[in-house]
Amino acid sequence: MVPITTLHYLVVAAALFVLGVIGVLTRRNVIIVLMSIELILNAVNLNLVAFSRLWGLHGQVFAIFVITDAAAEAAVGLGILIAFFRNKETVNVDEVDLLKW
Amino acid sequence: MNGSLAMVPQATDYLRVLPEIVLSIFGMAIMFADPLLKERPPRTLGTLALLGSLLALAATWVQAQYPGFAFWNMVRVDAFSVFFHFLIVAVTAVVILTSFEYMEVEGIRAGEYYGLILLGAVGMSLMSSAVELVLIFLALEISSIATYILAGFRRRAAISSEASLKYFLLGSFATAFFLYGVALMFGATGSTSIQVIGAALSSFEVPALAYAGIALMFVGLAFKVAAAPFHIWTPDVYEGAPAPVVGFMSTAPKAAVFAVLLRLMFEAHAPGRIGLIWVVAALSMTLGNLGALVQNNVKRLLAYSSIAHAGYLLVAFAAVPDSGIPAAMFYAASYAAMNVGAFAVVSHFSNAGERYVKIEDYSGLSSSSPLLAAILTVFLLSLIGIPITGGFIAKFYVFSAALQSNLVGLVILGVLNSAVAAYYYLRVIVVMYMREPRGEVPVSAVPAGMGAAMAVSLAATIYLGVLPGRVLDYAGRAVAEWLH
Amino acid sequence: MPQNYIPIFLFIAVVGFLIPVTLVAAKLVRPENPHRTKLMPYECGIDPVGSSRGRYTIRFYIVAILFVVFDVETIFLFPWAVKFKALGVFGLVEMLIFLTILIVGYIWIWKKGALDWV
Repeated sequence: MVPITTLHYLVVAAALFVLGVIGVLTRRNVIIVLMSIELILNAVNLNLVAFSRLWGLHGQVFAIFVITDAAAEAAVGLGILIAFFRNKETVNVDEVDLLKW
Repeated sequence: MNGSLAMVPQATDYLRVLPEIVLSIFGMAIMFADPLLKERPPRTLGTLALLGSLLALAATWVQAQYPGFAFWNMVRVDAFSVFFHFLIVAVTAVVILTSFEYMEVEGIRAGEYYGLILLGAVGMSLMSSAVELVLIFLALEISSIATYILAGFRRRAAISSEASLKYFLLGSFATAFFLYGVALMFGATGSTSIQVIGAALSSFEVPALAYAGIALMFVGLAFKVAAAPFHIWTPDVYEGAPAPVVGFMSTAPKAAVFAVLLRLMFEAHAPGRIGLIWVVAALSMTLGNLGALVQNNVKRLLAYSSIAHAGYLLVAFAAVPDSGIPAAMFYAASYAAMNVGAFAVVSHFSNAGERYVKIEDYSGLSSSSPLLAAILTVFLLSLIGIPITGGFIAKFYVFSAALQSNLVGLVILGVLNSAVAAYYYLRVIVVMYMREPRGEVPVSAVPAGMGAAMAVSLAATIYLGVLPGRVLDYAGRAVAEWLH
Repeated sequence: MPQNYIPIFLFIAVVGFLIPVTLVAAKLVRPENPHRTKLMPYECGIDPVGSSRGRYTIRFYIVAILFVVFDVETIFLFPWAVKFKALGVFGLVEMLIFLTILIVGYIWIWKKGALDWV
């Protein structure tokens, strides 16, 4: 069996990142878009923790900050979504259409 | 590890973040007072916020007396950071002045508005003195989250909550990119300190990871300053958000992010800087100006113009540091002055529910309110870059810095773009002066707070245009102190 | 290093054995008097009616959001607790400031009425 190296973690993180980006770009439901953004943040956390094996605890501390920030961001996002929902009764991105370029 | 943990910050460490401390205390006090003081005179919290921002201005002066590093090399106070602190806090104060009237006309009595402006300013000013990517990330988020909420503050207007949602989704997407870049940079160099990263990237062969890291971080920050091709959110958000908030978020957070970009590009020796900047600056100038040509809504027009201005500013990033950085600093300051001023006029003119934001609504403003028309004209001329305004000197220094660095193609593109830009700004001026007034648009007298805000921005725009020497000297010294 | 996984496989085997055994044992031992009311999802309170995918009142979301925020902030208490002695008085003061900010937020939410039900 192959020992698990930092590279393996990076590949998983890159996969999560790509999945998140695809999710943001293609999904219609705002909640799922939000979850995709969280997926990218988790890819970041995985990267940081994996790099901590090389460079010391620094990365893990950073990951804690990313986790709390993700929570704050999700809270604000859901709050904005509730305000939006009260005005428009929808959570679909393609009905976010009052403003057009 | 234990040795460094035992270290306790010195008093000077706290003095070096004094403006942030003052702004935080006032921001939290306002949040706290809002639900507790149910019965209060109408402008209590706004006045408190204004006091807070003026005290923060004084705190910036105190901070400037203690240059150096603080909190284990996470914060660096130097002339460069003080410049941006002063700029951001001053913009905050002016925006608070423009908000008094708007809040009353719109019937918004929420004190969180002022709290969020001050807390957002904490993030922005921290961004300009942070030299550590973790701290930069936190400061960026403090400022972004505050502006997401501010954009949706006209809660009953669907257009405003839609702007807020769009801004939030794209903004947090951009933050995620930035963070991924930071993580890769940490992997490539083993540090999140800009200084250490700079040393690592200039001493040995640049690892591929660092290229990816810089590219992703740049994408994230370019989103925040609305540089093309990451600008698509800008017109929508600027149209939907409350006018004083647009004045705020098109200047202060942008200046802060530009400060971060300057540190990152020049101190961290970002690889591939010139090519990257060349493309983004050219795209921003061109797409911004072309988009502005077809707009009928003044807020959207100014949104596209802000994309174009981000492009002009980025030209300075491709130049050599000794002339490029001061030019960029000066541009940020003069853009802030003229744009906050322009949005002050737009916000006063738009009336309840932001009804009058079309260009035709401005018809004949010169006869119904000559003073307002004249003030807006000065800001628009400055945005074009006509001499004796700040906008002219700013463009002049950016382009001459670029010429010194042999970026002839970019300069030609920039000058051509300025000519295109003149068309749509002049269109507004022509409508104001040459058309018959439309009776149904009421123009109310300018209240004291709004008048003060306009006067300050007007004075700053003209001061920067007529006597730019002191500011330019200061910027030049700041760069010399920072880099040599 | 496959041998490192031996404890995990052992654990899985034990779990796979123990769960059916306890369930079957409980079935054999307990008294069994089924009743219609007892078999409903909630023995007392309102009858569950309608689709489970229906809309909830928005208050649930607000409470959930507030929970998430305050829940996650406690993450900063753990590193502090581990290094409590080394951080000393400075750490204590910093943590008090941090908690004060959280409490200001909490009081704000409370006074704003976000916690009131109906």
